[in-house]
Amino acid sequence: MAQLKRDPIGIRWHGRGGQGAVTASKILAEAGKSEDKYFLGLPDYGAERAGAAMRSFTTVSTKPIRALCEIAEPDAVVVLDSTLLDEVNVVAGLKEDGVLVINTTESPANIRSKLGYKGRIYAVDATSISIKNLGKNIPNIPMLGALARAVEVVSKENLVKMIRESLGGKFKEAVVEGNVKAFEKAYETAQAG
Amino acid sequence: MTEVMVRKAEVKALEGDKAVTEAMRQINPDIVAAYPVTPQTEIVMEFSQFVAEGLVDTEFIPVESEFAAMSSCVGASCAGARAMSATCGPGLELMWENLWVASGLRCPIVMAVVNRSHAAPLNILTDQTDMMGSRDTGWVQIYAENHQEVYDNFIQAVRIAEHPDILLPIMSGHAGFVLGHTLGRVEVLPDEVVRNFVGEYKPLYSLLDIDHPKTFGAYDHWDYFFEHRRQVFEAINNALRVIPEIGQEYGKISGRYYGLVEPYRLDDADVVIMIIGSGAGACREAVDEMREKGTKAGMLKVRCFRPFPAEEVVKALKDKKAVAVMDRCACFGAEGSPLFTETCAAFFNRGLRMKLIDYFYGLGGRDTVPSEFCDIFRELSQIAETGEIKPPLVRYLAVRE
Repeated sequence: MAQLKRDPIGIRWHGRGGQGAVTASKILAEAGKSEDKYFLGLPDYGAERAGAAMRSFTTVSTKPIRALCEIAEPDAVVVLDSTLLDEVNVVAGLKEDGVLVINTTESPANIRSKLGYKGRIYAVDATSISIKNLGKNIPNIPMLGALARAVEVVSKENLVKMIRESLGGKFKEAVVEGNVKAFEKAYETAQAG
Repeated sequence: MTEVMVRKAEVKALEGDKAVTEAMRQINPDIVAAYPVTPQTEIVMEFSQFVAEGLVDTEFIPVESEFAAMSSCVGASCAGARAMSATCGPGLELMWENLWVASGLRCPIVMAVVNRSHAAPLNILTDQTDMMGSRDTGWVQIYAENHQEVYDNFIQAVRIAEHPDILLPIMSGHAGFVLGHTLGRVEVLPDEVVRNFVGEYKPLYSLLDIDHPKTFGAYDHWDYFFEHRRQVFEAINNALRVIPEIGQEYGKISGRYYGLVEPYRLDDADVVIMIIGSGAGACREAVDEMREKGTKAGMLKVRCFRPFPAEEVVKALKDKKAVAVMDRCACFGAEGSPLFTETCAAFFNRGLRMKLIDYFYGLGGRDTVPSEFCDIFRELSQIAETGEIKPPLVRYLAVRE
């Protein structure tokens, strides 16, 4: 299936505090730099609490990004935790010709029947991938992999390069490479429907 | 020459707070005294790291409070040092007494203010109540719209504060979280270009200049107190001339020119929104959207609030049919918001009557989106058409009733 390409492209992230949605949204934004684009990584901060529902936004564009606010109608939505479906309307404002990328063990068809979203849905078991490759459930980088399969914000090579650069500043090489493996695995196994 | 400089700039992905520390690193001040407070903490964290790593020669003073931060800056500045700080919201409040000392002693301290609301109710998100609340303390005040301006303003702030005709402290404001914690594109100038631009600080008077002893901070009786105050009145108004001069000079090294106010599609506009800071970007989107629909919409961004650029505001707006003044602060009990009442005074003093309405908006971090600015433009069009302003004059944008 062809990847979604838009300019500008707006992505909304849904996660729980501690899952790394802010980090992923900023890595994706910064990757825009590698292709000389404009970018904005905008987390919706609260008083941060582990486990609480949170959102973040990424915009990448060939033109300057002026509005420093939430994206009302995103082109893509990424959900890091499927238990959020019970408390948050994750497809609110999501364009009908957009993409929903979700961390779940369920099929895209099941997710569709739950949410009634008409656009494309990508499902991936990022939690299992994360546990296997990192030894714990930090599904942000695998979800970036699944998103990269569904949407081309920047080239996959540039995105992986940015993941290495960004995580490389904070973590040991084994953790960085584990994340890159998890990214690739999610990229390969994301199911479209 | 200019072309070469511009090409040498490096594009970086920086949060607004880190755009400040990047500028601070390049400026390499003598001392930084600051106390961490959300959402300014990243500035203190990162800059103290720069000090620890030896990237700067700065002495970092890890003070016990914001009061001590400003006391340290005042002391250092009197001693002849280039002194800097950073704070936000309640931290700025705790400095209050020393804000006046800094301006009264003519200390050209540069301070980043990461705009945050005041409690109560407790809130850590952005509005401009902190800087607006300290608007009469004798500090020059400029505000940034985007990540690039956070960086550019902080560098220019050094030259503005230290200008011999000003010699006053300056606050360089940017929105907490909305700019401070979001990641944006910043063109960073080469270190040596920034260092040449700010130059070496040569204090007019210094406590440490023992060959020319001077008294600082002495008691001032009724015999001279007023004259010293009068000098501050004069000095801050000199910034109206100096800020655009420095903004032009900065343009030569960066390709980005700055003034006191910045118009957007204003020349032939009938209806205008006037705004300060990070909300201006969403307002620009609304201007474009309304223009596509045939409304002659425009925007006037106020970059410098203190001193108030009355002449520029009047010149930009006097022919407009209706203007909405947006103020993101909670300053209570006046005829309208600070920006509104200043604007009204500027027109009144020049014998001009205008159709002006006032909006408080975005308090405590509430997002303001382009469609809300579009609604305001539609309302302004109606006022322009009928010539009538339906009460109330002062409104609250997107608030539950």
